Amino acid sequence: MSVSVEQVAQQREHTPLRALLAHQPLWVTIALAIICLVMAQVSDVFFTKDNFFNVTRNFSFIGIIALGMTAVIITRGIDLSVGSIVGLSGMVAGMALNAGHSWWFGILAGLLTGVACGVVNGILIAYLNLSSFIVTLGMFAVARSLAQVLSENHMIYQFGPDERLFTTIGGGTMLGVANTFVVLVVLMVLFMIAFRYSGWGRWVYAIGGNEQAARLTGVPVNRVKLSVYMLSGLMSAISAVLLVGYQGAAINAMGTGYELRAIASSVIGGTDLMGGAGGAYGTFIGAALIEVIRNSLLLAGVDANWEGTFVGLFIVFAVLLSKFREMRAG
Amino acid sequence: MRLFELRGISKNFGAIQALTGVNLKIDAGEVLGLMGDNGAGKSTLIKIMAGNFRASSGEMWLKGEKVEFHNPLDARRKGVEVVYQDLALCDNLTAAENVFLGREAKIRLGPFRFINYPAMFRAAARHFAELKSETRPRDLVKQMSGGQRQAVAIARTRLSNPDIVLMDEPTAAISVRQVAEVLELIRRLRDQGVAVILISHRMPDVFAVCDHVSVMRRGAVVADKPIKQTSPEEVTALITGALEFA
Repeated sequence: MSVSVEQVAQQREHTPLRALLAHQPLWVTIALAIICLVMAQVSDVFFTKDNFFNVTRNFSFIGIIALGMTAVIITRGIDLSVGSIVGLSGMVAGMALNAGHSWWFGILAGLLTGVACGVVNGILIAYLNLSSFIVTLGMFAVARSLAQVLSENHMIYQFGPDERLFTTIGGGTMLGVANTFVVLVVLMVLFMIAFRYSGWGRWVYAIGGNEQAARLTGVPVNRVKLSVYMLSGLMSAISAVLLVGYQGAAINAMGTGYELRAIASSVIGGTDLMGGAGGAYGTFIGAALIEVIRNSLLLAGVDANWEGTFVGLFIVFAVLLSKFREMRAG
Repeated sequence: MRLFELRGISKNFGAIQALTGVNLKIDAGEVLGLMGDNGAGKSTLIKIMAGNFRASSGEMWLKGEKVEFHNPLDARRKGVEVVYQDLALCDNLTAAENVFLGREAKIRLGPFRFINYPAMFRAAARHFAELKSETRPRDLVKQMSGGQRQAVAIARTRLSNPDIVLMDEPTAAISVRQVAEVLELIRRLRDQGVAVILISHRMPDVFAVCDHVSVMRRGAVVADKPIKQTSPEEVTALITGALEFA
């Protein structure tokens, strides 16, 4: 029996259901739902509007950073500097506002600081072929140090004439949820579209799958690698600006430890540290899971120090799950 | 008019002379087998033709015009495509995505341009059908057999409608059944008027599909003969040096 070109073009390797079942974010979503159901039995507070508001706001800061981290990891890189970039960008934004500049100037200064850090990382990694681990480890130290030098170890809590507007952007609400959560959801959707429907997105995955092949087929590998580190810096800076607005203060220790939480969010959501796989929804749900674990332990009266143990177990479990799926597939 | 011709191509890497005065010619719809022992200069020659290396001296002529390739994209734009030995495929992408990698089909929506997956799947399916391959555009490359992977790599060369395809050891690491598939793919290219230069160590493959064979030894072409006027024994003797020239 002959098959037309049109029919061949439509033939799928797996049925949509099977493809969905092989999708790690689905299982993380189910795990999250189970935790939520259990917590509904354990705590009366868990399913309240206030708790939902707090949880969604809290994981948004990490979720935004983790979106940029996901793009980096898909290219088989890593960005250890995101937490320090949060500190530096937040401090620069705070200082600009404190100096009497308008809200948009303060935000722009913070965002450009993050992008500048990303440019330095990207040039060293993409064009000088240095290890992403080493370069971003260097930026991790440099950005934090610069934040400390700039701030002279002082906290900034006065943001000039536009203070009210600036703090509303980071700390306000929209449609009953925190502004930060709205920003995260919008960015997640943009990342989903970019990853799936832009040439840039396909190139990010191609570089993670086989960088040499991507280069030989005409993908501008260096430019794409530079772009993901710039994006990672920008996402860190967006998170920083929102965080300063929410806290009402810029502190040079802001973002400490965020790099590991961002990496954990990506990995739990199905991003492969070996590159070539991952996605924005997975990262979103990974970040949500980590915050729900933290929140659940708190509400269940468990010592908060157990958080790391649970998150660590989930990371290892997520990697095991993805290995198991790979073994079954091939 | 001759499709593609190399005239006196030499290449040295410092003190090492990799190629010496290589002459080679191929016409449209012809398959040329390029044979030689390891270190004979085949890969260096292919890399010059593909734009990876610049020749130290000599000329390349394509369709009656002298050409210079500064990089692989330059060679592609002028009609020379390469199927690399490792195929240069991304295992994590689908067959269609690999075929279109770097040249994705787009659809315009307002100021934005989005990847047009249906168009890519249809076009890739058409290319596979032309190659008589059963490869499915939506399948991930990592799930594919060696023959299917070759089909993906060859289909990619069809996008630019090239005049000449360089194939570096396409049958080196695949099963007997898949070798037959690849040789069939080469015949299909030839039937479509594409010139193919096939680098191979496998004598049966060269004698199965090639019209001409050129033998290289120590950076020089020592024989260039129609396949019907030579034998595997003679080619082997030329490769090893038991026979100086033919």
